[in-house]
Amino acid sequence: MKPPVLTIESGKKPRLATAALCGCFGCHMSLLDIDERILKLVDMVEFDRTPLTDIKTVGECEIGLIEGGVANTENVEVLRDFRRHCKILVAVGACAVNGGVPAMRNQFDVQDCLEEVYLNGIGVVDPQIPDDPEIPLLLDKVHPIHEVVHIDYFLPGCPPSADTLWTFLNELIEGKEISFPYSLIHYD
Amino acid sequence: MSATVTFLLDGKAIPFQDGDTVMDAALRAGEYIPHLCHNPEFTPHGSCRVCIVEVNGRHYSACTLPAAENMNVDNSSEAIMAKRRSLLQMLFVEGNHICPACEKSGACQLQAVAYYTRMLSPHFPHFFPRRSIDATHPDIIFYHNRCILCGLCERASRDVDGKNVFTISGRGMNSRVIFNSDSGKLGDSELSISDRAASICPVGAILPKSKGYQVPIGQRLYDTRPISLVGDSNIRRNDKT
Ligand code: SF4
Ligand code: SF4
Repeated sequence: MKPPVLTIESGKKPRLATAALCGCFGCHMSLLDIDERILKLVDMVEFDRTPLTDIKTVGECEIGLIEGGVANTENVEVLRDFRRHCKILVAVGACAVNGGVPAMRNQFDVQDCLEEVYLNGIGVVDPQIPDDPEIPLLLDKVHPIHEVVHIDYFLPGCPPSADTLWTFLNELIEGKEISFPYSLIHYD
Repeated sequence: MSATVTFLLDGKAIPFQDGDTVMDAALRAGEYIPHLCHNPEFTPHGSCRVCIVEVNGRHYSACTLPAAENMNVDNSSEAIMAKRRSLLQMLFVEGNHICPACEKSGACQLQAVAYYTRMLSPHFPHFFPRRSIDATHPDIIFYHNRCILCGLCERASRDVDGKNVFTISGRGMNSRVIFNSDSGKLGDSELSISDRAASICPVGAILPKSKGYQVPIGQRLYDTRPISLVGDSNIRRNDKT
């Protein structure tokens, strides 16, 4: 299936939302790594919910970028919310694409992970597993986001380089087919 | 001397000799057919299927298909590349391939072939199988998570080293490489770091200890040039850069 092409009403800027689920924020840092091109990006798009604007709820958007995999109940909620509001949803980075480093915990039971971190780990003081109702529950496994909602584009890399993100956003906004040179495709 | 016989690979005439497979002849002619379980030093295995080609509307693995005169082989249409991507995606989701945390990354053939076919996502749901690591050998570590069951370690240990350290046991999802020692541990086997089997693995399943991340990012085998130009990671390489 061919991924959708972005259509934008003339004279309107596409709205862009971003979210970090279970990732390390490296993909967002990589976006900032486009350096002064960020000024062009500000001209190209209207920012919606993103850690860069600190807007907390997602509105109707053309593009949603998701960093990180799905590790807890809040991640599921945010991801579904983005899918409902974004015409084009993009998996950005290794964790969104295949679970990444956090998915290494899938080798263990959640209970064992919690006990190792909060009860038996080296240097733990006042051992207790946090159970405040405000804290989202962990899922039994960390999942890539395409296992939860439909994803239109995937940008692998840990993180995808600034050039990968820049190339992608430009080609998408210009309505071009996305194509990366060899050097921009990597999984690490 | 008999006249040269040829077949067509993507329209290009490839000379071949009696007994050649399509893969043998293509490799000799310097043409790249993506592959993982194949290594010209060893008898073909035909298990990874990544060298899938189309001849006369039928699909074959190039490493086991005998070359025949005037055969017309499709090795690079988008349809063939899409099939290869699907095969690779299945290999990725049935193991645990966390490339950012793998010492083989950048010099891994599975990754490099995936780059070559422009695989951007694993597409399928992940199995996240629980698999162990054997770190009992003083010089070598074995990650079942990353093993693609290509059988190269088994062939190398048996045919070159004469040791039979490895074999594949079990069926389907439960297949795994086992080690020939009383305890079943790699450290108690006869494997030595200088064995061919210790350097044959195309992925990050069999790795030398204390060597991880020695080559900086940007200078690794497949960082700047694709596997079709660089060649395999597990060929005996004296002069190749
Ligand atoms: S073996 Fe290759 S594909 Fe698997 S995690 Fe390591 S680098 Fe990635
Ligand atoms: S350990 Fe490596 S060489 Fe052996 S079967 Fe697995 S992938 Fe192949």
